[in-house]
Formats: sequence, structure tokens, C-alpha cells
Amino acid sequence: MINLDHALIVSFLLFGTGIAGVLLRRNAIVVFMSIELMLNAVNLALVTFSRLRGDLDAQVLCFFVMAVAAAEAAIGLGLVIALFRRHASIDLDRATLLRS
Amino acid sequence: MDFQPFPLILLFPLLGVLANALLGRRLSLRASGGLASLMVFFSFLAAGHGFLTLRDLEPAPGQAPRLVITLWEWIASGDLRVDFSLLLDPLSSAMALIVTGVGFLIHVYSIGYMAHDRDYPRFFAYLNLFMLAMLLLVLGDNFLVLFVGWEGVGLCSYLLIGFWYDRMFTATMSTAQAGQKAFGVNRIGDFGFLIALFLIFTHFHSLRFDTVFAAALHHPASAAVMTAIGLLLLVGAAGKSAQIPLFVWLPDAMAGPTPVSALIHAATMVTAGVYMVARSHVLYALAPVALAAVAWIGALTALLAATIATQQNDIKKVLAYSTVSQLGTMFLGLGSAAFGAGIFHVLTHAFFKALLFLGAGSVIHALHEEQDIRKMGGLRRQLPITFATFLVATLAIAGFPGLSGFFSKDEILAAAFQAQPLLWGMGVLTAGLTSYYMFRLLFLTFFGASRLAPEKAAHLHESPRVMTLPLVALALLSIAGGWLGLPPVLGSHWLGGFLGPVFADLHHLEGGAHGGHLGHATEWMLMGVSTLVALGGFAVAWLRFLKPAALGDLFATPASAWQRLLADKYRIDELYDALVVRPLGRLAGFLWRWIDELLIDGLVNFSGLAVRVGGEVLRLLQTGYVQTYAFFMVLGVIVLLLRLLA
Amino acid sequence: MREVFFYFFAALAVLSGLLVITRRNPLTAALYLVLAFFALAGVYVLMDAFFLAAVQVAVYAGAIMVLFLFVIMLLNLGPDDLPPIMTRRVRWLYAAASAALVLLFLGLDLGRRLPAPTPGAAGEVGAIAARLFGDYLLPFEITAVLLLVAIVGSVALAHRE
Repeated sequence: MINLDHALIVSFLLFGTGIAGVLLRRNAIVVFMSIELMLNAVNLALVTFSRLRGDLDAQVLCFFVMAVAAAEAAIGLGLVIALFRRHASIDLDRATLLRS
Repeated sequence: MDFQPFPLILLFPLLGVLANALLGRRLSLRASGGLASLMVFFSFLAAGHGFLTLRDLEPAPGQAPRLVITLWEWIASGDLRVDFSLLLDPLSSAMALIVTGVGFLIHVYSIGYMAHDRDYPRFFAYLNLFMLAMLLLVLGDNFLVLFVGWEGVGLCSYLLIGFWYDRMFTATMSTAQAGQKAFGVNRIGDFGFLIALFLIFTHFHSLRFDTVFAAALHHPASAAVMTAIGLLLLVGAAGKSAQIPLFVWLPDAMAGPTPVSALIHAATMVTAGVYMVARSHVLYALAPVALAAVAWIGALTALLAATIATQQNDIKKVLAYSTVSQLGTMFLGLGSAAFGAGIFHVLTHAFFKALLFLGAGSVIHALHEEQDIRKMGGLRRQLPITFATFLVATLAIAGFPGLSGFFSKDEILAAAFQAQPLLWGMGVLTAGLTSYYMFRLLFLTFFGASRLAPEKAAHLHESPRVMTLPLVALALLSIAGGWLGLPPVLGSHWLGGFLGPVFADLHHLEGGAHGGHLGHATEWMLMGVSTLVALGGFAVAWLRFLKPAALGDLFATPASAWQRLLADKYRIDELYDALVVRPLGRLAGFLWRWIDELLIDGLVNFSGLAVRVGGEVLRLLQTGYVQTYAFFMVLGVIVLLLRLLA
Repeated sequence: MREVFFYFFAALAVLSGLLVITRRNPLTAALYLVLAFFALAGVYVLMDAFFLAAVQVAVYAGAIMVLFLFVIMLLNLGPDDLPPIMTRRVRWLYAAASAALVLLFLGLDLGRRLPAPTPGAAGEVGAIAARLFGDYLLPFEITAVLLLVAIVGSVALAHRE
């Protein structure tokens, strides 16, 4: 049988990779992709727990996560396009209007 | 209890203050002054009503009639319970009548005196405020209400001395500084007063007169404590009533308008100390050392001030030192356990000293602000009413037989003679000097050839009726006032009978307020000595100042060393300046530059700086880069996780 | 057998993830992300979450990634001008952090606290549907509204002035 501990470790690793991508990449698209990676890591963890518990509630939650991820991707890409229109580039270091 | 109209006595001056303070600008001089005077007159009527009410009360034999009217409960904190209450008894009634009566006459006089001053609303507002405070002082039924009035009159004194705040008083002192001096010296006295109050409360657990005095009689504190209380109260009285060593403010208080000098620094405020000691007679009777101190301080002050007065050339300064001297005489009376006599002299002194000051004001007014008597002379022809009334007052203060001053002063001297002959001797000497310098003043001002500057002589005329009528009224009182207190050999002493029961609680302590009665022969002898001394002073003054030829030389000859010392008031002001004023100034400067500016301002500025720097540092977190914010979020999540899981 | 496949797919997923964040060309990164999604779908199958695996491929790889690729190509994004900040130091830092996390996880003994896996409910479509339209009907409907909002929002954002 699958060692579910290891599945959780995989989930952790993916999540960490996603965080690294979010924090370290300047390209807005790549940042969004890293976020998707993080969400998938969460999904994996949820499925693992569903397996452990023996019921399907976690998988239903997974489903909702995916739906939300889709919505978020749509909006996010809209933002990227708006950002591109403004700066002709999607370098996040250019988006500094929040600077004090 | 049914409605007592007596507390209205306080309401009228209060209304006057408000009216003049708020609406004064729109009132004419007559309206403003008339309103103020009317308010005082109403208070006088209220005082009269109070007096009549007392007669209707029927106290137990030997006890004084008294009425306590509580206006509201003021302080109720732990042991300390103080109500805002008024005490109506013969002593406070007498004081109230004096204050409001003489006060009314002076208010009327001021309408004429301040006619050319633009600031008259402020003046009348302050005068009414003073009346309110003084009445509080004499009518309070506990030490705290008295103290409120005490502070109030001190404040008004400051305000009124410095009334012409943009003028210089002498070459080196502005009127504002004169006011500050009065207030500062007063404060020193108040400090002693406060410590005495603390001691009283600690030992007797109350500040009400009845409670304290009853407790003192039945459960007295140790002799040391009682003496301390007595001496500290004396310090307070010395500050307010200008006795040694705190008298230096009164001569400089002459910087204020003359009606102020008449009302506050002659007739009423300065007698507050006398009233306070008389009221606390029980405490003093239990502290013979303190009582003796009262007498000695009084006698010394009287003598000292009288000597200084002989060399003064400013008409108001002479009267100021005269006041200090007369107050000393009052204290001498109190210290000889003749409390009633002290109050009697307060009464007569109020009449003739107010008259003297108002007369001086009339002279100053006629001469357009000239106050140096060396530049006067022969005024009796042009200022007849002023002269006549001034003459009456001079005779009264000198103690000429038949006039009011004679009876009150004589009663004090008789008591002093019984208590301590040496004190009596000082008192007699003082009386002689008083007669001398007062007649000197009279002769130089009103007699002889005119030494006026030509431009002043041209416009010389008597003062208007609004000023001369009060003079006449006071002159009549100065003559008749003494008949209230005839000594036993001559008749009945109504005032003594009226006030006696107030001081009766001393009877079971030491066989009567002032020992036994003097024999008739001794009485006549004492009266004779007083009369002789008065005549003697008159004669010396006549010889020196009424002979025309002598005068020219008199002013030309340079003053002897002794005369200079007296003219310089024994250089006491300079002494105080070096010992107290300058060191305090240095201390204040130090505190200002180092403690205040450096330390306190520094602390405040530093906290502002800290906030600003902190803000600048925190600002660095707002980089504008989303990823920075994301980084902090991740950090936060990790911390939370560790917290939750560990 | 399952374990072998599991480790294979798991490794594939992790490696793909790493490659996603280290590529300069966003297009390349997107493709590696697709690979990662497929690997994960495999893992789901191995865990008997069949419906989810299918949805993963259909929605994630099939819709979301297509959208990504569409935008990349719309904006004509080439390789980043500047290299990504994947310096050697950061790599070592990442490796160390990962190791630490794993050790932390193992140390925390989470696995031991969980009950033994029950070979119970398989994630078949019917079963999922029963749960979804049963207890979780409301969230389901709200999700629909959410998607509507997303559509409106993205149109509003990308709208030309």
C-alpha cells in the first residue's frame, strides 16, 4: 500500500516549490503558475486525507478548490493583461504603485 | 428653616461683578459706578438686616447670639467635612457692617475719582469682586471658607494695585511689579496659614470654628502644638495685615488708585488678619507664647512704621506706613487679650484712615497727580471741604480726646498696660510719633505758603460732590464712632457689650478677657498720658513745620544719616532683595534653563523624534513590491503553523 | 506495484514543479506545469480518486493551462530579459529548507497520529455526485455564481478603454 506519509511529503515539497516561485520570480505569468502549483499541492494533501479518513468529503473540497482556481486564473490573467497594457512588460518589479 | 435673606449679602456683589465684567463696556461711568455702589449698598442693607436678626435671637445667658446658614455641602472626603456655610454672630456682623458701609462710601467716591479713566468698568468689577471675597472671609463659619475669601482678597489686591498696568510706579518699579510684590509676600503668609490649618485639622479633625474651638477647650492638644498653630496663624496674619516681617508690600501697594488704597489697604483687607486672630481667640488663649508674640510683633511693627513715616515725603506713603503702624496697634490689643478692643480699633481706623486716603486722593486729583508734599502747601484755602475733613481725621488718628481714635487706642493701651508695661510704653511712644507725623503731613499739605508748581496752581479747585459727600460722612463717623465704646469711667461701652459674648468662652480659662478692671484713677492717668503725648506730637510738628522761615531751610539742609535711614525704610527692602528675591530668581532661572528647557522639553521632543524615526524605519517595509508582501505572509503562516503544531 | 507507480509519478510531479519555476521562457514553464498536472492526476488514480483525476486533466491541464498558453502567446512573451533569481545560493537555501521541512514533518510524527488507511470509499463518479448534490449542494451553486463573477471580472479587467 501507498505510504500516505510520503504523499504528504510530496505535497509539502510541491507547496514549497510553489512558494519559492511566487517569491523569487519576476515574471507575472510564472508567479501565477507557481500559485497553481501551490493549489495542486493542497489538492494532493486533501486527497491523501480523504484516503486516510475513508470518506469523500475532502475530495468534494478538492473539486471546489479546482473551481476556485479556475476563476482565480481567469481574473489573474486579466490582471496580467492590464499590467502589460500599462507597462508593456509583465515584470512585477515595475508594479510599485503601493510604494509608500 | 425658613428663608434667611442674609446670604443675599454675597449675591449683590456677585451680580455687580458679572454686570460690569460682561456689560461694562456699554455702560456710562455713572451707570457702571452707580450699579457697583448700589450693589454694595444692598449688601449693607443685608448686613443691617443680619444685625437686627441677631438682636431678635435669644441665646443662653453669657452666650453670643449666632446663626449658621449652610449654603451647600462642599467637601465630604473621609474625615474632612466642610460645608459652604455662613456664620452670623456679633463679630462677623460687625465686620460685615464695616466692610459694606465704608465700602459703599468708597464706591461712590470712586465714581468721581475714576471719571477720567477709560477702564472704569474693570475697576468697578474688581471692586465688587473684592467686596465679595472680603465678605466671604468675614462671614465664613469655617477656616476653609475664610481661606477662600482670604485668597480672593489677595487676588483682588494684586489686580487693583496693578490696575494701571502700563505705568511705572517709581523709577525702578512698575505697577505690575508692585502688584506682584504684594501677592508674593502675601503668599508667604498664606503658606504659614495653610500649615496651621493642616495642624488644626490633624488635631481637631474639623475646620469648623465651633467644632475646633470646642474641641480645643475640652481636649486641647499639647502646648507645643497649640503654640505652633498660634504662631503659624500669626505668620498668615502678618502677611495679610502687613506686620513684621511681611509688611514690605503695603507701601508699594500705593501704586494703585487711591480709592483702592483706602478700601483695601486701610479699611478692610488688611484688617483680615486682625479678624482672623480675634476669631481664633480660643486657640490663642491656649497658647500664651503665641499670644505674647502677637503683642510684641504688633508693638514693634507699630513703632518701626511710625519712625519711617516721619521721613516720608509722598502723601500716600506717609499714610501707608501709618496704616502699618495702626495695624500694629490692633495686634497689640489682640495680644493683650483685649480682642474686643482690637476690633474696636478696626472700626475707628476704618473710618479715619479711609477718610485720610480719600482726602489725599482729593488732593492728588486736584493737583493732577502730584503726590510730593514738599510741592504742596496752603491748600486749605482752595480745598476747604477736603481740608476740614482731613483735619478731623488727623485729630482722630492722633488720639485727640473725644474723637473716635482716642477711645479705641486708649482701650488698647489700657489693656497693654495691664499685660506688659513695656509694651504700653512702646504704644505710647508710637502714639506720640503718630501725632507728630500726621500733623507734619497736615501742615505741609494744607498750611503755609504755596509751593505748588505754577501750572498746577492755576487749575486748583475743590473736588465734586460725589467725592466730598463721602468725605463728610466719614468725618462724622470719625467723630461719633468712638462713642460706641466709652471706657467705664466715662460711660457705657456698647460695642464691648455687643462683642463681649463672642469672647466669653475664655472666661473659664483665665478669669476674664483682660484680667480685672483697672482702678478709676489708673484709667484717668492713662488717658492723661495719651492726651499729653498727642499734644506733644502736635506741638513739635507745629514748631517745625508751621513757621514759614524754617521751611525753606528744612528742605535745603541735607538729611542726616539717621534721617536717610528712615527715609530708606531701614533698607529692609534691599535686605529682602539680597537675601530672598535674588536667590529665588537664580533658582528659578536654573530651573527654567536646565530642568524645563533641557530635561522636560527634551523628553517631549525626544518622544516626538522617536515616533518619527520609528515611522521612517517601518516605512521601509512598504516597498511596493507585491512579492515582499507575499514573503511576509509566508513568514506569518510558518509562524502560525509552528505555533499550532508544536 | 502501486508504490512503484506512486513514487514514479510523485518524483515526476516534484521535478516538473522545480523545472516550472526555474525556466526563463514562460512557455516552457507552462508546458512543464502541464506535465506536473498529469503526474498528479496519475497519483490521484493510484489513490482511487478517479473522478478527481479526470477533472484534474480536464479542468487544470485542459482549460486553465490552455488559458495560460493563450495569454502567453497573446502577449508574445519571450524569454525573460533578465535571468531568474535562481542563484546557487538560493538553490542551496531551497534544498536546505526542503530538507528541514521533511525532517520536521517526519519528526512531528503526523503520520503516526492518523488512523490506518481504510480501503473504503473509492472516489467514483456516482459517490462523489451523491456527496456533491447532497450535503454540498449550496457550495456547489455558489461556486457557479463565483464563476460568473470571475467571467464578469475578467472581462472588466481586460476591457479596452
